[in-house]
Amino acid sequence: MSNGNKKDAVAAICGLLFALGLGLGGMTNPLKVQAFLDVLGKWDPSLMFVMGGGIVVGLWAFRAAKRRAHPFLGGDFGWPRRSRIDGQLLAGAAIFGVGWGLTGYCPGPALVALGAGRIGPAVAVSSMVLGMLATQAVTAGARRRTDKRRDHPHLAL
Amino acid sequence: MMGFTPVGSTLGGLVLGVAISLLILFDGRIAGISGIVGRSFGARGGDLSWRLYFLGGLVVGGLLWRLGSPGVFGAASSTGLATLATGGFLVGVGTTLGNGCTSGHGLCGISRLSPRSIVATLVFVATGMLTVAVTRGRL
Repeated sequence: MSNGNKKDAVAAICGLLFALGLGLGGMTNPLKVQAFLDVLGKWDPSLMFVMGGGIVVGLWAFRAAKRRAHPFLGGDFGWPRRSRIDGQLLAGAAIFGVGWGLTGYCPGPALVALGAGRIGPAVAVSSMVLGMLATQAVTAGARRRTDKRRDHPHLAL
Repeated sequence: MMGFTPVGSTLGGLVLGVAISLLILFDGRIAGISGIVGRSFGARGGDLSWRLYFLGGLVVGGLLWRLGSPGVFGAASSTGLATLATGGFLVGVGTTLGNGCTSGHGLCGISRLSPRSIVATLVFVATGMLTVAVTRGRL
């Protein structure tokens, strides 16, 4: 088995474990997620325990990963390159939160809920992908225009 | 499934922690679901295949839940399709602009102690709470 195949196998196992954890934690039930967000109503703080459990394990693993030059299966770590807290981050997070509150689905649980074979999660996931592609197209277009202005300042764009 | 479930939710969180830990330590990848989906468009080769295997695992996991314990998905049709479409679209826009969701910023980012992810998580939890407060008429 090549390291690439091993990486794929680990990814598949992680996806399965992720689905297991989301279901156990209650995150695949959009009503439970909305009950966590309903602080002014009958608040259910359970999801803080999901985050807490995940972070306790994650803190240890990410600290161990940061000390290594390469992952166990070789190649490079795909560490995020952005570190700035800017308007785009704040606007994006704010918009995501509104969608999360409206549906009770964030991306992971929505994908797991596809397995339920209901129409709701299918609508949520396809709209989510549409939103991603639309935003990618718009931000790529904006980036091209900025590059053009920089490279050809004499052009009126 | 409804009501306060500290034990089940902690257990679920620990399993999520194991999943994000294996993916970073073995594959060197961050288990941020919105990024795994969004960046699979245009990806190729090994960078595409691990994404598809991970996402396949998520959906197969959902099928196993359906067979073993379909109650985890909650009551059917609790939210209208128009709301699901609108909200889903906003989730896609927001996670693309903000480079992450509950898993990438919330679980992995906070585990990395990234200030950017901590801020993002506070913001999306706050607007999520505000949205539920408005839609349920709590304000």
